[in-house]
Amino acid sequence: MIALRIQDARKRFGTVEALRGLSFDLRAGEMLGLLGPNGAGKTTLVRALAGRVRLDGGRVSLFDRELSPDSARPELGVVPQELALYPLLTAGENLNVFGALNGLSGDRLRARVAWALEWTGLGDRAKESVKHFSGGMKRRLNLACGVLHEPRVVLLDEPTVGVDPQSREKLYDMLAALRSAGAAILVTTHYLEEAEARCERIVVMDHGRAVAQGSLAELVAVAGLPARRLTLHLERAIATAPEGFALDGGGTALTASVTDVAAELPELLARVRGAGHAVRDLDVRAASLQAAFLALTGKELRE
Amino acid sequence: MIPVLFRLAWTNLRRDRVAQVMTFVLPIGFFSIFALVFGGSSGNGSTPRVHVLVVDESRTETSAGLVQALSEEDGLLVQAKARPEGAGARDSAVALTRERAESLVRAGDAPVALVLPAGIDTSLLRYDGRGEKALVLTDAADPIAARMVSGLLQRATLRLSRRAAAEYGGAPDTGTVDEMLPARVETRTVVGEKRTSPMIAFYAAGIAVMFLMFSASAAGGALIEETESGTLERVLSSRVGMTRLLAAKWLYITSLGVLQITVMFTWGMLVFKLPLLSHLPGFAIMTIATAACVAAFGLVLGTFARTRQQLQGIANLVILSLSAVGGSMFPRFLMSETLLKVSLVGFNAWALDGYRKVFWFELPVSALWPQLLALALFTIAFLLLARRLARRWEVA
Repeated sequence: MIALRIQDARKRFGTVEALRGLSFDLRAGEMLGLLGPNGAGKTTLVRALAGRVRLDGGRVSLFDRELSPDSARPELGVVPQELALYPLLTAGENLNVFGALNGLSGDRLRARVAWALEWTGLGDRAKESVKHFSGGMKRRLNLACGVLHEPRVVLLDEPTVGVDPQSREKLYDMLAALRSAGAAILVTTHYLEEAEARCERIVVMDHGRAVAQGSLAELVAVAGLPARRLTLHLERAIATAPEGFALDGGGTALTASVTDVAAELPELLARVRGAGHAVRDLDVRAASLQAAFLALTGKELRE
Repeated sequence: MIPVLFRLAWTNLRRDRVAQVMTFVLPIGFFSIFALVFGGSSGNGSTPRVHVLVVDESRTETSAGLVQALSEEDGLLVQAKARPEGAGARDSAVALTRERAESLVRAGDAPVALVLPAGIDTSLLRYDGRGEKALVLTDAADPIAARMVSGLLQRATLRLSRRAAAEYGGAPDTGTVDEMLPARVETRTVVGEKRTSPMIAFYAAGIAVMFLMFSASAAGGALIEETESGTLERVLSSRVGMTRLLAAKWLYITSLGVLQITVMFTWGMLVFKLPLLSHLPGFAIMTIATAACVAAFGLVLGTFARTRQQLQGIANLVILSLSAVGGSMFPRFLMSETLLKVSLVGFNAWALDGYRKVFWFELPVSALWPQLLALALFTIAFLLLARRLARRWEVA
């Protein structure tokens, strides 16, 4: 089931084309990572999905219902990159305000605020002003304010920026709990290792369009990278690499692409030894998202 | 090190337009406004003239000549006719009566009236302390007007009777001051005669409205903070539209304003004997109308400015200028005619006029309709403008 469908989304700000025919789907119950260099159009997309940007072209559908900027979006929860909280209000008061603004009231609002305080681990700090909170606590509360109304689709713009590893772990645990409850999650991030570890599928954006999407293996294939890379560390530096290898590490290492490690490794080692080189150590690494991302989007700076 | 830091400070100033405006343009703006208000610097006939109502009960050639001589005085704006009380706009003006003149002074339409009673024509230039006295009916809030009219009456009398005065020769060197004057004058205060602190109500309203404008601009500026923190984006992403958001803020700032003015006047009542309790209905309606208008004005400033610094600069310039011209710092009745008219483009002048009607002239609530109507129109205009300016935060 498709929770959110973006088809040929286009948006121009003056001379800048922020979205140039972006298309992808978010399936119900999945966590989808949206990656891209700065200026790729991620935030414009999130704002368009939230109804804050009017697309020049294309369509956005939420559970098969086409959206316009004026459409109600009760199924959608938006968690902005900024810590969009009222610093003089307590955690409980912030939750009450944003819950009410999203249509909750009475017992349901009270129950959801109680749930959010428990979920964020802020139950014992509910009556403290947010301005005294740490960055991680504010991030958790920021997330909770966006999902109080139990949206079926949650958009998160850089939810873990500027927080320590423990807080990131907690935030992703919270997102996992949302997924367990059936929510589909679209998360933009620059932390590629997080996306690799947490997201089932990834969309890589560049210049306002999706340049690749799918699982990590699919992205690696699209990027034209080998599935695994073998590195042999030599006892001594050499000048010429044997057939099928490339020199690395100033001549002290040889690298080769491998698909089936068990089948190909013995033959490659024999070839090196046959050339008279002694192997000190070896490692085999799967292609990383980082490598695929850079291969897909290039290494030049965007700003 | 010192030269580096010195250059750094100047470089920062050179690149900060707001700081440059605050440093160089703002003082010049204030200076010009204050010079216009307090200095009468335009020099084109807009210097303050005292508006005086003249009642000629004598109806003789001499009294008519006296009225004419008064009309020729640069310092006076003489009005000898007015529409009868309760008459419509199409009714023509008739010669003023003593009662009508007094009621106009009581209503604040003029600060002073001069009554030339029957027999005044034979009482001039007698220097014996006898005969009819001219009667000056005055508003205690403007003591200068009464003294000016009395003085200029003497000069007009002398001008009128220069030849006769010459025949008299010199005045006797004995007798009271009154007997040495060419025209005897009695002054009677018809408004504010029992007030112990005549300016308290004026300053309470003036200061309250000025600080209300500062509070409203700060509250309106919360929009800028909310933009920077992202809460505005989050609120607008929920089920709240910009119109409802502005309406909520307007109601909040209005209620804050009502509270602020009430605290100010309560303090005035407790400490300075401001008669608040005896004027509650007028106070309540003027306070609500004023607070609603100032709140809408604050929203205009908040939606216009892009940054906190910009808001501060604009608010200082606009609020202090409005306060100077509108009468928060200096009574409007002491301003020139031109400035009096100009000041009405500011909503605060209407607010202060309304409070003055309530606390000084003690007029009924029904007499406040011009001020209430003006404030309502200003409020609507400000709200529409703020809504228009707030479009920049709406869907891109």
